[in-house]
Amino acid sequence: MNSDVKKRLLREMLFARRFEERCYEAYVERKIGGFLHLYPGEEACAHGVLEAANCGHDYVITSYRDHVHAIKCGVDPKAVMAELFAKEAGCCKGLGGSMHIFGVEHRFMGGYALVGGPFPLAAGIAKGIQMKKGNEICICFLGDAANNQGTFHESLNMAKLWNLPVLYVCENNLYGIGTRIDRSTAVVDQYKRVSSYNIPSNQVNGQDVELVYEAATQAIEHVRSGKGPYFLELMTYRFRGHSMSDSNAYRPKNEERVWGKRDPVIMFRDRLIETGEITQEDFKNMDNEILEEIEQEIIRFADESQEPSMELLDKYVLVENDPYVTGGSR
Amino acid sequence: MSKMMFWEAIQRAYDEEMTNDSLVFCMGEDIGVAGGTYKATKGLYEKFGSERVMDTPISENGFTGLGIGASFLNVRPIIEIMSVNFSWLAMDQMFNTAAKVHFMSGGQLKAPIVVRSPGGTAHQLGAQHSARMEKVFMGIAGLRVVTPSNPRQAYGLLKSAVRCDDPVFIYEHELMYNMQGEVPDTEYFHPLIGSEIARPGGDITLFGYNISVHWCLQAAETLSKQHGIEAEVIDLYALSPLDREGIVQSVSKTHRAVIVEEAEPAVGVGAEVMAIINEECFYELDAPPVRVSAANVPIPYNHTLEKSVIPNAQDVTAAVLKVFGQ
Ligand SMILES: Cc1ncc(C[n+]2csc(CCOP(=O)(O)OP(=O)(O)O)c2C)c(N)n1
Ligand SMILES: [Mg+2]
Repeated sequence: MNSDVKKRLLREMLFARRFEERCYEAYVERKIGGFLHLYPGEEACAHGVLEAANCGHDYVITSYRDHVHAIKCGVDPKAVMAELFAKEAGCCKGLGGSMHIFGVEHRFMGGYALVGGPFPLAAGIAKGIQMKKGNEICICFLGDAANNQGTFHESLNMAKLWNLPVLYVCENNLYGIGTRIDRSTAVVDQYKRVSSYNIPSNQVNGQDVELVYEAATQAIEHVRSGKGPYFLELMTYRFRGHSMSDSNAYRPKNEERVWGKRDPVIMFRDRLIETGEITQEDFKNMDNEILEEIEQEIIRFADESQEPSMELLDKYVLVENDPYVTGGSR
Repeated sequence: MSKMMFWEAIQRAYDEEMTNDSLVFCMGEDIGVAGGTYKATKGLYEKFGSERVMDTPISENGFTGLGIGASFLNVRPIIEIMSVNFSWLAMDQMFNTAAKVHFMSGGQLKAPIVVRSPGGTAHQLGAQHSARMEKVFMGIAGLRVVTPSNPRQAYGLLKSAVRCDDPVFIYEHELMYNMQGEVPDTEYFHPLIGSEIARPGGDITLFGYNISVHWCLQAAETLSKQHGIEAEVIDLYALSPLDREGIVQSVSKTHRAVIVEEAEPAVGVGAEVMAIINEECFYELDAPPVRVSAANVPIPYNHTLEKSVIPNAQDVTAAVLKVFGQ
């Protein structure tokens, strides 16, 4: 990774941090409704993996904790914020919300709210790629607790059986809402669970974006070269509650303190300062620019956008004017 | 027109659609090498190969979700769920994903999948293999639900369902795969909305779908010959959306209605058609509408008990006579 790329990545991760923190405030101000799941603490996962992918070409799918993945794939942060504000200029016109960010033109295939739901969808996207003989891959990001769904096992089995080009990335933040992994899951190391499907896997420190990038590069190379699915487990931690309605009272303070020291943004910043690639001053400026952009461009855009019109309600329930519905032909 | 069996009509639709578009593929349990539980996919594996005729593991939710994911790329899966009883396991992906993704993505994604599944009560298959589940599927916004009553519809509905950009659920009947019927020799796309007048008549409307159309037709013959009552039989091959206009038109002509369903009465087709009549043409009625439904019990194994809980043509005739005060 050259210096320019590192600096850009640091900026992107810091942007993701500030974007999510601003969402928190907007939620408190009641500008954002419903469920809101934030990503601070886990930035190196999405950024390390997607930096190694070919965004806009490869397909990406994930859960409800989806803002940062969407933005890294190329979805305009203004359209994401407007979606959170439930406005017509939102990427899903205000019909999706925080858990359902989509950016299909960037091949960001969406955030889904049913835990484990995207496992088979990702395998299916990979099946589609295979049938079209493309060289894209599908990358599916999900949490650790999702691996206790049947869809995990069903999808891994089919992905291996049919040699599908899919990379499963497990963002292991040690919790499914308030239940710690060892209280819900017999085998705590998630990468070991896929060996029964003969799928290669790896487990790495998900707080170090360079390590994630390296591991993801290998994983993606494996999948893209036609060798079938791969499973990458990233050890991480979320710095906030599961969602805004979560008390976050179940985690030992000591555990939070230990993981708090492994802040992916701060760790990467300090490394770049140490190597002389940036200065403390550069970082401060970067941060100020980001805060300014979020306030003056992104929040303002979302604020000033229109409410969606009532006509939208009927528009997307079924596809409009499909000729085969009436037995006609195209 | 030529005569063919119901399963042959389905097989022909598969064959034509897979020949027409190399991105159409099919999947399901035992559909490939084994040729399909009801033969609907016979010969396809040999012709199109294992990549397009996929024998799946027994993972209904998984492979349905896989089909949905593939359909995001405009690849078109025809998913067979071996028995409608097993489709409960796929409902998560069908309802939570296929039915909602177009809407919640603000129109960005479509899920053009077809799911075919045989259901209904056959011969002593027991409680867990005799479900009638159309009521569940037709209650979900974002899905189309159709159900053929003859080989022509089976062929034409599948053809349209494959090409349509919406997710379509096709409910077939286990007892009907060997039924003979005329199918057009030329390519035919059956509409996915509307209804058909299976038999015209002016005195009362009998609403049926799938197998109950045949009970209605039989009853209509008896009523005509023995009681001088001319019943109109409406075939509701589209269960979602239901043909409101067609329902109203017929009831406005006959002023009487009986709805015949193989399922338990609660929250079903009968209830829905009655609600439509109530909402749209209540004052056209000369008598309260009546539904003929299954008993509200799981299906028993014993042959006599099994037959007693599922309606038949005699039950339809009796219901009509009651409407006429006879
Ligand atoms: C099928 C289903 N069951 C339960 C829930 C409620 N729920 C939402 S998130 C969550 C925990 C998931 O944890 P994990 O997969 O580790 O992801 P994380 O939130 O930690 O990123 C639960 C139980 C749900 N959304 N879907
Ligand atoms: Mg988790």
